[in-house]
This record gives sequence, structure tokens and C-alpha cells, in this order.
Amino acid sequence: MATAGLPEPTSPPLDPAGKTVMGASDIARCLRRMAHEILERNKGADDLVVLGIPSRGVELGNRLAAMLEQVEGRGIPAGSLDITMHRDDLRHQPTRAPMRTHIPPPGIDGKVVILVDDVLYSGRTIRAALDALADLGRPRAVRLAVLVDRGHRELPIRADHVGKNLPTSVSEKVQVRLVGHDGIDDVVNIAGGESR
Amino acid sequence: MRKHLVSSADLTRADIESILATAASMHDVQRREVKKLPTLRGRTIINFFFEDSTRTRSSFEIAGKWMSADTINLSAKGSSTSKGESLRDSVQTINAMAVDALVIRHNQSGACQQVAGWVDASVINAGDGTHEHPTQALLDAYTLRSRLGDLDGKHVVIVGDLTHSRVFRSNVLTLTTLGARVTVVAPPTLMPAGIASWAERDGFATGWDLDAVLAGDDIPDAVMMLRVQRERMSGGFFPTPREYTVGYGLTRPRVEALRARNDDVLIMHPGPMNRGLEISADAAESPNSVILDQVSSGLAVRMAVLYHLLAGEETAA
Repeated sequence: MATAGLPEPTSPPLDPAGKTVMGASDIARCLRRMAHEILERNKGADDLVVLGIPSRGVELGNRLAAMLEQVEGRGIPAGSLDITMHRDDLRHQPTRAPMRTHIPPPGIDGKVVILVDDVLYSGRTIRAALDALADLGRPRAVRLAVLVDRGHRELPIRADHVGKNLPTSVSEKVQVRLVGHDGIDDVVNIAGGESR
Repeated sequence: MRKHLVSSADLTRADIESILATAASMHDVQRREVKKLPTLRGRTIINFFFEDSTRTRSSFEIAGKWMSADTINLSAKGSSTSKGESLRDSVQTINAMAVDALVIRHNQSGACQQVAGWVDASVINAGDGTHEHPTQALLDAYTLRSRLGDLDGKHVVIVGDLTHSRVFRSNVLTLTTLGARVTVVAPPTLMPAGIASWAERDGFATGWDLDAVLAGDDIPDAVMMLRVQRERMSGGFFPTPREYTVGYGLTRPRVEALRARNDDVLIMHPGPMNRGLEISADAAESPNSVILDQVSSGLAVRMAVLYHLLAGEETAA
């Protein structure tokens, strides 16, 4: 394994005018429910592989995998899937260094991949993730679990497991912070917009 | 990120860190069954090589192809250069075909800098005369980092034909930017004029006596041997090849002495090697040698460079 260092994730400060919509305990309850939903839908934990999308999806994915393990009493492979190189908007933003993709040892061929991300918005990230997955193998099924679905899809994509549906306007910003990633307590904030 | 990569001096520490981090992800792609990313789809990269090359040209070509760019190779032989077309006319002709990047190797120092002023495409220096070879320095830094971790305070000794070496010039800039301590060693005849003021500015040490440097208090973490560039030598720089090997070659006794002091010392060479001249077969094949790692790092690093120069926002030319 090459070990050249990865840049530290940067977390811009939370907008102080923002409104908290989920606290740490809400997020934990959501994830627990989603873990049970995933197991129910899959009729057990067979063939499950959890892949988080960097950066915060990885932390959420690891937490989900840990909860799945708790319920099922056996290990659930978890990893990360970077989609930077597959984005369709690379030309419209400054380049950033891609994060690491880590596929757990059993691979994804014939598995049920649970993609995990923090916020589902336009759907373009997930489109890129599906392309990235296709380069790595052929899962039996791909399901999507997101902590927050804020609407405004630009592509025919939907989530299978949603923590919270959060109706927003396009001018608003949904900010997710996770203790393992940002060093502050878990929180989902909503900020901006016209008359708030 | 900037538009061109002409000199290692243009790269800040943050730029280098960002390229090396990207290269680490690209290294993973090399291990996959499907080695293809859609990132540079629809981009055209021309490798224009006025000088011979095996690894640099093929790795730029493969790097471009793995990122879905269209890469085309041109060499001086077989292009209009052999009919007497000037460099300026050649590159402007290519530029008129709306290419996105020109990877250039040329035997004149400063050629890439000039070309960058003539064209709209991104210009990447793949070696210009005895001036610079920035992607080589980046891949060397990547190779060193993957073995040694952070380069802060690490000691790298660069040995050989410094006068004609673009690899050395770029490496000194990149490695010192990353915090490594560099000592360069060459016979007096192959030491560039005015190196003392230069060493002071960039913060590296110089020496004539290889054995004294290798046995010095500052134990080397890596030794980089440079190729004796016979094609650039018109005068007598050393009496006989044998004498060069005795004084400055990485011979078996020297490798053994080095390993006795630091079992994990890294042996590097940018290639192509003159086996038996600047490096012995024992040294090249020893478990400490990372020469082939340098080649595979080269692919990852060149993918990263293409990504940073070509994938981002359209910059105003």
C-alpha cells in the first residue's frame, strides 16, 4: 500500500444563524432504524457490503456497519468509494485531491452494496458513484442509504433508506457535522434561505 | 492549481502535497482490473518528444489513456521538425488543432518555458535539456514518501553527473520544499559552475568525495544515482569509465557499507541505467533498490499531474 498522506478533511464552521434539525441522539436513532431496515429488506446480513462516499459518508457507513454487526452478531465489511474522478462537474469547480477508495477484501462482485452518503440532493454524486462501482465489479444489487434527503433531484435517482426527509429550498444549505470527522458533536443544521 | 508545469520551482508545498495525495489514489487504480477513469474524456494530449525516451513518454501516454484522454505521440524524427520546421511553428501548428495539453521533451533548456508563452494548451515539461524534469522529481518524492513517510529531516544523497542532470535540478527543488535534507556529490568536472551560491539559496549541501559523504555523520536515508549522460558530453569530463566507477559508482562494497549503517537505505536511479558505470548490477538488483517502484510511481504521479492541470475549472488563458 502506498502511504503518501491524505489531506486533512476541512470542515468550515457551522453557520451560526442556522437552525438545528437533528441532534446527536436523533442521528443515532435514525441510523439504528436504517440498520434494521437494511436487514429487513435484505432478509439478513448475507452478502452485505457497506461503502461510504467520502468524506462524511465514510463515517456514517462505518457507524451503520457497526450497528449491523451489533444486531446480527457478525462482521459486516465496510469501506469507502471516492467518486471525484467520476464527477460530471469537474470543469465547473476548482480541482481537489481525490480521497481514498477502499474496497473491503471480499470485493463487490455478487454482493449487495449499500452506498452511504450524508445528504442526497441533485443525485449527481450517486450517479458518479454508480459509474465508479461499475469499474470495480458487478454487485448483485446496489442500495442507497442517506442521512438526509433534501429533495431537488436532477436525475432519476432515489434513496432506499432515508434517515430524515428534509424539505428545503434551493437557497438553503444543509450542514452535517459528525464527531469522528469534524471533531464536534453530531448535528444537522439548516441555514440560509430568504425569510428564516 | 496552475495551468502549466514547467519548473519544480513553481510548485508550493501545498501543490506537491495535493499532487502526491492524488497520486496515492491513482496508484490504487493501477491495481484494478479495469484501469480506466472517465475523468479526462474528450481531452486531447499530445506528447511531443524531440529527444528519445522510454519511460517518460510511455507513462504519459498510459496515464492519459487510463484517464480516458486521447493521447497522441509525436517525435522529432518523423515530424516536420526533420524537414527543418522551427519549434515555434511546430507547436503552434499543434496548438491550432485545439489540443488541451502538450507534454514536451526537448534538448534545449528553457524550451518548455518558451512554448508555454506561445500556446493556449497546458504545457507539461517532460525534460528540457539540462534544465528541469518536474514530473521525475514528483515521482521520486512519491517513491520516497511511500517508503519513508514524511520527508521532513530525511537525508537524500544525489550522486553523479550534476552538470547535465535535469533530474537533479528538479529533485533538489522538490525535495527541499518537502523538508528533506539533500547532499549532492559529483566529481569537480561534473559539478555545475556556481553551485555554491545555488546550494546556499536552496539549502542543500555539496561534496566531491562520495565515500566521505556516505560515511559521514548524517546517515543517508536514500541514495539517488544519476545517469552519466554520454550524449551530452563533448569534452573529457573524466579520464576513463573505470575511474568514474571507482570514485562515484554505486559498487557492491559501497552498497554493503551503506547497508551496514542503514539496513533500509533506498537505492534510486531515474533510468536508463548504465550498469557497471554509475551503478553496479548488485546495487540495481538489491532488495534496497526501488528503481522499478519509481517507474510505477511515475504512472500514478503523471495521472495526478494531468488531473490537476486539466480536470479543473477552465482558467482564462
